[in-house]
Amino acid sequence: MSFFEIRNLVKHFGGLAAVNDVTFEVKEGEIFGLIGPNGSGKTTIFNMISNYFSPTSGTIHFKGENITGLKTYKICQLGIGRTFQVVKPLGRMTVEDNVIAGAFARAKTKHHARGLAAETMEFCGLAHRKHVLAKSLPIGERKRLEITRAMATRPQLLLLDETAAGLNPSELDAAIDLIKKIRDNGTTIIIVEHIMKVIMTISDRIHAINFGSTIAAGTPREVANDKAVIEAYLGEEYAQSQRN
Amino acid sequence: MKKYGPILLLVLLIIFPLIVRSHYHQHLMILVLMWVVIGSGWNIIAGYTGQVSFGDAAFFGTGAYTAGLFVTKLGVSAWWGMAFGGIAAMLIAFPFGWICFRLRGAYFALATLALNEVMRHIATIWESLTDGMVGILIIQTFVSKIPYYYIALGLAVISVISIQIIMGSRWGYYFVSIREDQDAAESLGIDTHFYKMISLNVAAFLTGMAGSLFMNYMGFIDPEVVFSLHDISIMAILVGIVGGVGTIYGPVVGAFIMVAVHEFFRTGFFGFFKGVASLTGWDTMNVFAKYVGQAHVLGFGILVVLVILLLPNGIVGDWNKIVGKLFPFKRKGVAA
Repeated sequence: MSFFEIRNLVKHFGGLAAVNDVTFEVKEGEIFGLIGPNGSGKTTIFNMISNYFSPTSGTIHFKGENITGLKTYKICQLGIGRTFQVVKPLGRMTVEDNVIAGAFARAKTKHHARGLAAETMEFCGLAHRKHVLAKSLPIGERKRLEITRAMATRPQLLLLDETAAGLNPSELDAAIDLIKKIRDNGTTIIIVEHIMKVIMTISDRIHAINFGSTIAAGTPREVANDKAVIEAYLGEEYAQSQRN
Repeated sequence: MKKYGPILLLVLLIIFPLIVRSHYHQHLMILVLMWVVIGSGWNIIAGYTGQVSFGDAAFFGTGAYTAGLFVTKLGVSAWWGMAFGGIAAMLIAFPFGWICFRLRGAYFALATLALNEVMRHIATIWESLTDGMVGILIIQTFVSKIPYYYIALGLAVISVISIQIIMGSRWGYYFVSIREDQDAAESLGIDTHFYKMISLNVAAFLTGMAGSLFMNYMGFIDPEVVFSLHDISIMAILVGIVGGVGTIYGPVVGAFIMVAVHEFFRTGFFGFFKGVASLTGWDTMNVFAKYVGQAHVLGFGILVVLVILLLPNGIVGDWNKIVGKLFPFKRKGVAA
């Protein structure tokens, strides 16, 4: 029984196959990178995992249980947290209240939720901003709030959707540190990312897709040298010139 | 001031009918307190949960008719309606929310508007039950206004306190999360459909109770009065917006102002035009007074535009802004 697994996942939007027969498996405790050019279907896979829309066919399994088609909030309660590529802060709430709203997923009382939230904000390095309204945070901290809020629901598997996009170099290093820290704390991570520095340094394994189909899978080094991946990112011509 | 304000207000409200003996002013205060209840109900579903309702009259009228029908059909006291009016409104809210919370934003608001009209038509057409346009007339229990005043005060206090408790709890956090971003709320493990249902049912319960109180107090209802779109549903929205959307005491402030504005128009600027007519003998002034009385909806409209332009967060929400404008010298001490 694998920790997390998607089997033959397919999603059609009208005539377009956004995701076409993708299968992969994530082991407990690893950072699993999902890469691909824009529009290749990475976020669509995330949206199917958390069931913002259901797959046309294929199944999703979490800890041996088929979770395909479960309601979004149920999936969170089972232990899969997620962040959004386009951040969704609860704008007119303070950072602390954002995190408390997440913590209530595991807490029975408000006191307990406050405690969990304080712990999580400390862990993720947002404690000093807790009285600020979420809408007045700069983008770097909004991304961090996304992670903090998702972590407050105490996920066993965390889906990170381009959390490093739009960050400056020092924020980028901080984000990498945080992601590693979350993994070391026992949370398995699937990460979608465009910034190669991030994905290559932290992923244990990488799965590359293009036009909704798998083109390569393996360690970061294997994937980076894969012909199909180079072709997808840099174009066929570049790939051929490298060969000659 | 902020801490003792509500207690001071409560004390003033408790001694009010003992000091002010005028039946007219007592009547107005009963209406204010009733609107505090309705406004609080609207505030919890629209202000905090972000599901704007244009159909509060559906719940208000259901509560009022429940109380009325207890008398005409069951032959028991209309006060039973106080207990069951809120529950009856929830019985309407439950199936409505179950179906219509699939809609988001403006579409949900339109559905509540439709509910309002559907309920009004049912009350009009189902003559064997409701006597249609004839309405329901019951004999009031008390001649004095004072018992009604204290009952209304009790209801208003209960609704404000219960909203305060709710908003400090898990429900409150979840309601506001849903308002801010429904998708993000789902991703945090919040069953948004379920919590929207809770919010709507709390709102319906409070509004239904207010409706039952209205039946008991006024002694007469008909579909045009209690299912009125502009006098109940729109008024509820105004109480919420003027006072301050998503604030505990917003509906309290809003109720005072809106009842005053309503009365201001109904009486033709507190009898100003009638006064002019009797002083000068101009008959046109009497006609004018009549039109002004009927034009209160126009006045509401102007008020809404002004509030949205000047105080988008309502009087309670923008209180610091108002204080700053009125007493600019006070601002120096409070940087940031």
